[in-house]
Amino acid sequence: MHRFANPARFLKIARPATGWLLALGLVLSLTGMAGALFLIPPDYLQGETARILHIHVPAAWLGMGGWTGIAVSSIATIVWRHPLAGVAARAIAPVGATFAFLCLVTGSIWGRPTWGTWWEWDGRLTSMLVLLFLYLGYMALAAAEKERGPDGRAAAIFGIVGIVNLPIIHFSVQWWRTLHQGESIGVAGSSIAPSMLWPLPLTTLGFSALFGAIVLMRMRTELAETKVEMRLRRMATAA
Amino acid sequence: MKPAPKHQRLVLVILAVAALIGAALLAMWGLSDRAAYFRTPQDIAAGRAQVGEPIRLGGMVKQGSIVRQPDGVSIAFVVTDGPADVPVRYRGIVPDLFKEGGGVVAEGRLERGNTFVADTILAKHDERYMPPQMGNIQAERQTRKTVAQ
Repeated sequence: MHRFANPARFLKIARPATGWLLALGLVLSLTGMAGALFLIPPDYLQGETARILHIHVPAAWLGMGGWTGIAVSSIATIVWRHPLAGVAARAIAPVGATFAFLCLVTGSIWGRPTWGTWWEWDGRLTSMLVLLFLYLGYMALAAAEKERGPDGRAAAIFGIVGIVNLPIIHFSVQWWRTLHQGESIGVAGSSIAPSMLWPLPLTTLGFSALFGAIVLMRMRTELAETKVEMRLRRMATAA
Repeated sequence: MKPAPKHQRLVLVILAVAALIGAALLAMWGLSDRAAYFRTPQDIAAGRAQVGEPIRLGGMVKQGSIVRQPDGVSIAFVVTDGPADVPVRYRGIVPDLFKEGGGVVAEGRLERGNTFVADTILAKHDERYMPPQMGNIQAERQTRKTVAQ
């Protein structure tokens, strides 16, 4: 990992990877969503509304995956003082927040016709909303801390502490009686009929690739901004 | 020999994460009952709900129990979780997924005589998704599982 402590080396890989991930993400996402909309059969109980699953579920996974990324970067910041870790965590935060928001919105749209409500304070819904708020808090803290200097320790600690919410989200439907049903896809297999399931890996991989592409773009932007700032500072002192 | 600072920090972070997760698990475990979104007919049979206290009642709609009143908007049905039953009265529109054998969460109050008067009816479904032709065969078996756990 420390090979990439040098931004030039990181950029050499990040630059072409951005375009590839973006293209791959678009192709897979669009194929998966078209399949979910037009090709799979409707659900026996919920009818057409169940199709939103193929956006809702990957959005939930990536919302949680984003925070996992922030936590890993935060550990790299604190333990190894990796110079790119803070950049990565700041790049991930708004993208993860967007997916968490997408998960909440699609869930709400799905809940109205099936459950009969836009929102209920059950364990799963509430812990997911808390994740969105954690993202917003992280973004505010990280942005404020970046103004002060490159250290980034407070945001990193916040990133690590925030991990506690991930098992809560995951196990909420097992620990407590919730309105949200239990998990359909676990290590033991899936309770979604295979004929309805196949777009899910496509949208999941596609959304993940888009996630990666946007994070790389944001990281490159921040590195470029830092470079410009340093150059301006040098010019100012030289003048 | 003194360990390198980065190893000290690594151990510290691992300990901190373990302690945090442990603390969160303990807190959630302590919360377990109160964080439940609804109560079951068994809870009510065990007297774990006061008359008049606003609660949510969850379970399955008992087969053959839905009775529509002549006024067209009032219904009565029975919520069951197997061992215990609670009769429910409700006036209003129910969700499409509300049906006999399906999962339901009713918000409302318990009346004297253990009848539940609901203000809101929510439908609960399970984690299975399948095409309609498969569903017809299995729907009967499927829907029974929905809530009761």
